[in-house]
Amino acid sequence: MRRVSSTFSRITLQAAPRVARFLFIIFIIGLALAALGGCGLRRGRPDVGGAHQSITLAGSTSVQPFAELLADEFMKSHPGIIVNVQGGGSSAGARAALTGVAQIGMLSRELEGEEKSLHRIVIARDAIAIVVHPSNPIDDLSVAQIRAIFAGEITNWSQVGGPHREIHVVSREEGSGTRGSFDEMIMGSAEVTPGAVVQDSNGAVRETVAGDPSAIGYLSLGLVDKRVKGVRISGVAPTVANVERGAYGIVRPFLFATRGRPGEAAQEFIDFALSRAGQRLLAAEGLVPVARD
Amino acid sequence: MEGDPMRYPMRYREAVIEKTLVIVALSAIAVLGLIILFIFKEGSPIMARIGVIRFIAGAKWAPSRGVFGILPMIWGSIWVTLGALIIGVPLGLACAIFLAEMAPARASAILKPAVELLAGIPSVVYGFIGLVVLVPFIRRWFGGPGFSVLAAAIVLGIMILPTIISISFDAFKAVPVAYRDGMLALGATRWQAIRMVILPAARPGIVAAVILGMGRAVGETMAVIMVAGNATKIPSSILAPVRTLTSNIALEMGYAAGEHREALFATGIVLFVVIALLNLTARLFATGGRVAR
Repeated sequence: MRRVSSTFSRITLQAAPRVARFLFIIFIIGLALAALGGCGLRRGRPDVGGAHQSITLAGSTSVQPFAELLADEFMKSHPGIIVNVQGGGSSAGARAALTGVAQIGMLSRELEGEEKSLHRIVIARDAIAIVVHPSNPIDDLSVAQIRAIFAGEITNWSQVGGPHREIHVVSREEGSGTRGSFDEMIMGSAEVTPGAVVQDSNGAVRETVAGDPSAIGYLSLGLVDKRVKGVRISGVAPTVANVERGAYGIVRPFLFATRGRPGEAAQEFIDFALSRAGQRLLAAEGLVPVARD
Repeated sequence: MEGDPMRYPMRYREAVIEKTLVIVALSAIAVLGLIILFIFKEGSPIMARIGVIRFIAGAKWAPSRGVFGILPMIWGSIWVTLGALIIGVPLGLACAIFLAEMAPARASAILKPAVELLAGIPSVVYGFIGLVVLVPFIRRWFGGPGFSVLAAAIVLGIMILPTIISISFDAFKAVPVAYRDGMLALGATRWQAIRMVILPAARPGIVAAVILGMGRAVGETMAVIMVAGNATKIPSSILAPVRTLTSNIALEMGYAAGEHREALFATGIVLFVVIALLNLTARLFATGGRVAR
């Protein structure tokens, strides 16, 4: 008797963890299945966040830093709402808004094609500055010269009155809002040379030009700082004042795009961006506010 | 004896656990299958429309104009990978020979983990170091924009070291001690033993190491984007900027829609075929080695 019972207890003791582990695996598989099932159910249901509502913005890396600024200020005055700002690029932003992944898509160019079904809100305007290294003696170029440089027809700074040095063209990747606007407003039917160095953000273009005395690039005026020099275009300097006067021509809209009417929280954020406080914030960062009084 | 009374439940449990493991293992394969299916489903229509030859041999990539040719990226991947091998293979093999044949136990106890640590450094860190150290260095001392085949090759050459070292190290260690001892007993120097016996005996392993390193170099993305310059032109020198297949996908994926997106998936197909071929070759050599031994 004694022997049997002791064997029995040993078996259960040994078996218990194994059974537990087995049950645990079943449990995990069950959870996974439940999660899979849940996915289908959750899709399309509006955000019900209880005390905290959250809105997501996604899109243009040109708009992103400004949207982050707006979001920080906005969350100070609206503690119940959390604003997430993500990058990805203008086209991704439009797609995110179309598919509902983000409540607000951010674009640094006009809506195109099927994107036109989105609700479009201009939150500011932004100029594109043509930048060179601060040590570069060139500080004025015509649109035709810029086009020829980026098309790879002018390849040496001496051809535009500078030192005898090869020009290193820095461009953005296809699909970028900044690239799209640049192509449209400067290049026209010409093409950016395939030999151009391609960087994937405004910041990377700025870093590249800041580090290379032979480089020329283009980026959002709001992101130009002391490490690069914005060239005058036929005598007109890239400044907010000149953009407001209409003298500086390379200007594009910064858009918020929503699918249909935005939700309550998203609408509040958009209203904040267009409010005097929001616009002043954007203007202080070098953007051109949209006239709205 | 002890298992006798519980043979039945054990069998039962074993069977269930075995089946569960089979399902888990199959799901890993299923994931691979789904990925392949997805890439081909998304990418093959445009390849069919453009024509495989025109897609692969087309020298111009201008998605906004509907021109999709990935020859510059194929050459880019080839040049960058070749450069990485020229830098990484001699270094890696020398290091592996030292570790396996010459290093005193203490030195190899430090070096081996250090090499493995090298593999654990995230690629973005390699890229960043390349960007702030290597790119300006090349720009200053060799000319060109700095973003170049050379920069990418050096960064990748270092990144594939751990792969090459650890696999060829194992190959050296697998050479029977009697070979080396016999050689030494015949009066050969240590270098003669390595050159005439150990290297030839470990050849299949070395080839596998090189091919797997090549696979790593072809597949690396982040670090390459940061230092290669990403120009869509077949590089004319090792100082010219270059774009690889992986960079092409990563750079433009966020923006791409419609045909452009399909073309990126088609780039993925080409990449997938290249890497599958490389792995297959590596496997052939690796098993060939085992049979020979």
